[in-house]
Amino acid sequence: MKKLTVFSPTAILGYGFPKESFFEGLAHNPDVIGVDAGSVDPGPYYLGAGVSFTDRAAVKRDLALILPEALKRGIPLLIGTAGGSGAQVHLDWNREIIEEIAAEKNLSFKMAVIPADIDKDYLLANLDKTSPLGPLPALTPKDVEEATYIVAQMGWEPYSVALDQGADVILGGRTYDPAVFAALALKLGFPKGPALHMGKILECAAIAAEPGSGRDCMVGVLDEEGFTLFPTNPQRRCTVKSVAAHSLYEKSNPWLLPGPGGALDLRGTCYQQVDEKTVRVTGSAYVENDYTIKMEGSRLVGYRTLTIAGVRDPIFISQLQEVLEQVRSAVRDNFEDTSNYHLEFKIYGLNGVMGDLEPNPVPGHEVGIIIEAVAGTQEEANTICSFCRTTLLHYGYEGRIATAGNLALPFSPSDLPAGPVYEYCIHHLLPSKPDFFKPEIVEVG
Amino acid sequence: MKNVAITELAHVIRSKNSGPFELTFDIIFKDDQSFKLAINSGIFTPALFAGLYKIPQEEVLGVIQYPPAKAIKATIVRSRPAGSLGETDVYGAQQHAPLLTIQVPVKEEDE
Repeated sequence: MKKLTVFSPTAILGYGFPKESFFEGLAHNPDVIGVDAGSVDPGPYYLGAGVSFTDRAAVKRDLALILPEALKRGIPLLIGTAGGSGAQVHLDWNREIIEEIAAEKNLSFKMAVIPADIDKDYLLANLDKTSPLGPLPALTPKDVEEATYIVAQMGWEPYSVALDQGADVILGGRTYDPAVFAALALKLGFPKGPALHMGKILECAAIAAEPGSGRDCMVGVLDEEGFTLFPTNPQRRCTVKSVAAHSLYEKSNPWLLPGPGGALDLRGTCYQQVDEKTVRVTGSAYVENDYTIKMEGSRLVGYRTLTIAGVRDPIFISQLQEVLEQVRSAVRDNFEDTSNYHLEFKIYGLNGVMGDLEPNPVPGHEVGIIIEAVAGTQEEANTICSFCRTTLLHYGYEGRIATAGNLALPFSPSDLPAGPVYEYCIHHLLPSKPDFFKPEIVEVG
Repeated sequence: MKNVAITELAHVIRSKNSGPFELTFDIIFKDDQSFKLAINSGIFTPALFAGLYKIPQEEVLGVIQYPPAKAIKATIVRSRPAGSLGETDVYGAQQHAPLLTIQVPVKEEDE
């Protein structure tokens, strides 16, 4: 029976892996190495600001191990969602790291780069074809105009084209997570259900093992009926439970997992323990539907300044929220000309973690307060935060007996300018075609 | 009838974003018997999650049984898109605590 071995060294490029696990994975002679480099979890800042949420030195460490071994052994290396968010600026950041390693290690190879950016004029012209993905409003021209970068998730198809073009390394912009693990298999004609389901699990590397870890390696062996999975670190194992439970993770519906052009249907999937560390998965189906791509974008909403403070006085704590509202009014009164700012108190020990969802908003014997000001410029945010801090520090609340100051400030300086703040404004689907994304071949070294 | 604490029956109880606009909860039960007790109790409905999080029932997007992992999953609308102003938990990973208070009614003969 035809087989294909796919190796996933780490859950996210830059999260690392033990060297022993990596070389053990290579000992299984993988046909392809896939790495997912991205996530939306860290929030809207990283896409909006064009910055990677992963650390440059950590990404370079991982690639400096993977790249030379892949080239030496002739194993194609596919990297999806470069730079964490996969816009051109992230792609360039990751490409520069690869070129730096190539120069340092004297490597030369053929690389395909696949941008995932959506042109704003194109999107504006096609606005009526878009639909929201999840509980959010329809896309407006304002959303499109205000988004700093707009990316769309490509499927496996552009990676397959790049493989046909002879790429040794493929660096993709925003990509459907399983695509880099499934592209070679699908190009070779393996069935989509098992190939994409295997990719869905491999994209998190050893997170689907027991004990789970994003910083360790996993191997998947695909055949025409299903696949087997095992971690390469002898301290971990795949169990039916750990693998089956993985399709719950970060998803709304574990039975139907949508992607560009179709959905994985896991209603008929069977999980079977093969040996102590290996699980076999069969029966995963794929349902084709109209080809749509998921777009993402975020926009600048202002600049943030924070103060971290503690309160231990029981009289203050007993009327905390009233006092904070009075201080908020004082700030508004003093800066009525600063039209558009956001002032918020995150109160740890009361409801700092759950906010309005907190079922038990009762303060502890001490509480931590983060004063957060967001305004149109960093200077304005600094002003609001500073004024709020001094007002709160010396505020004469009802019944006060500790008259020297209301806050314990752990740091000097007390106020921390935190830079630009973004919010998601695009999370919508657009009808498209698999060949919308075009690989560009570059010679490295 | 008696009540059994969810923490006696489940070994994973967690919350996490499912994309930036939804928050999803996983309750993974210890064994087939615990999963069966939970399902048979009939309490795992949108109304349960709406009550625990004090949200309208239409903001509970689904409650799904998933036997391959002996799990029940529920998904709700996030209070705000992940990372927007007012955010307290960008990843949504610490919103599970109300689930720990669930009491599962069990018929004495089912134990």
